[in-house]
Amino acid sequence: MGIQLWLMLDLVLSGLALGLGWAAVSSRDSQRSVVFFIAFGLLLAIIWARLNAPDLALAEAAIGAGLSGVLLLSALRDEPAAAAAGDMIRGPKALLVTLLSLALTALFAWVLLQTLDVADKVRMADQIAAQLPNSGVTNPVTAVLLNFRAYDTLLELAVLLAAVLGIQALGPARPPYRAAGPLLGGLIRWLVPLLILTAGYLLWAGAHAPGGAFQAGALLAAAAVMLRLGGDPDAGLPRPRVQRLLLVAGIAGFLLVGIVTTAIYQSFLNYPDGWSGGLILLIETAATLAIATTLALACIGGRPAGWEPAESGAVPTRQRESK
Amino acid sequence: MLDLFGISLIFIGIGFYAAGSIGLLRLPDIYSRLHALTKADNLGLGILCAGLALLNGGLLYAMKLLLVWLLVLAASATTSHMIAQQALRRETN
Amino acid sequence: MTLSDSILIATLLLLITQVFGLLRAVLGPSLQDRMLSVQLLGTGGVALLLLLATLLSVPALIDVALVLALLAAVAAAALTRRGKDGA
Repeated sequence: MGIQLWLMLDLVLSGLALGLGWAAVSSRDSQRSVVFFIAFGLLLAIIWARLNAPDLALAEAAIGAGLSGVLLLSALRDEPAAAAAGDMIRGPKALLVTLLSLALTALFAWVLLQTLDVADKVRMADQIAAQLPNSGVTNPVTAVLLNFRAYDTLLELAVLLAAVLGIQALGPARPPYRAAGPLLGGLIRWLVPLLILTAGYLLWAGAHAPGGAFQAGALLAAAAVMLRLGGDPDAGLPRPRVQRLLLVAGIAGFLLVGIVTTAIYQSFLNYPDGWSGGLILLIETAATLAIATTLALACIGGRPAGWEPAESGAVPTRQRESK
Repeated sequence: MLDLFGISLIFIGIGFYAAGSIGLLRLPDIYSRLHALTKADNLGLGILCAGLALLNGGLLYAMKLLLVWLLVLAASATTSHMIAQQALRRETN
Repeated sequence: MTLSDSILIATLLLLITQVFGLLRAVLGPSLQDRMLSVQLLGTGGVALLLLLATLLSVPALIDVALVLALLAAVAAAALTRRGKDGA
């Protein structure tokens, strides 16, 4: 009885995921697409939970459903003409794209079936569990992200930095929102402190429970976005100079630790015994601040006021005021 | 015995979620649909949390579920009001 | 029928009510109506996560439910905020 019920649950979840995904890309107007995309993100978070992956569910709920939703809804608000028009591929191009997508799906399915048949299976999970006591943390996801594959995480942070630089190169920031009334003000007054507190909790708990730098950073960014929705054009972020420092803080933390370990042990990011836990927490804190600033700046969109380039000779306005 | 009580509370809670869904589909305009939604938020989630708290004993678990429920209550109360205000603004413009 | 089977049936029923709620996202004439259906999916998602926490014995899913509740509030606030010139 139990097995059939789980199967039915999985079938409904997969069917819903496919249906929402199809609806998101095939809707005629952008409003519907955005709503279906947010719903898709929520459903993905539930699917990760069903697959016993709470870290992924946390990240998906925070970034995929929450922050992406804010980003898309702000874009809808700022471009109502584009929202009404929709942007669909039609005719023979659509047929070609459909066929190529189906071919890609068939390829992935074939690859998956092939790998399931491999006789001499090496289970990564067992290897990670064997090495876990040496890693400095007890959460296997954090151990992989910050210790066994720390180099990959360093490069991920570099990708995030490149993304936000690209967003800022597009032009000036989106227009700010009007000041919050009593209703939104009341919501902000308890939601923002709670978001910051939960971010701190997830950062600390990442060592032994689901959590970590990405989830904590996303929650901090959600707090910044809340402040911006309430009328603060800088989203509660500090001065531009400090923002620039925060953006590179994650990569800087990794590089600092890497350079020190290379100097002492001739091996990049090879944490010394007994220091792993502390070093991981240090790097995760820096990464949290970097990820939060990155996501907040991405949601602000474009170059915020006060980031004028140095050649113009103008002192950034925020700094002028704060002198 | 406690288990039976807990599981029936869960099913009652899901009944309120169903009521919210059906209301969302069948009611005529956005205000009444908002009203249906809050039934799911308040009663559905609350009774479901009560049932889950009974099934998993322990005060800490129950307190965590209570916190989640209170958060959802506070958040959905404010956002429902904001959505209704926006809908009214659009109608009168 | 064991206890976890009953909870599983409850989860399945809840998921089906969410599917019906999503029909409003397809139909609803305005953006607000569609977002109402996403709101329902948000609180439904919280309930599903709490049920899965008991089913799979993963207490961390309660944290996920907390985060989902908070972020759903942020997304709903983003829906209703107007620009400087009002919309």
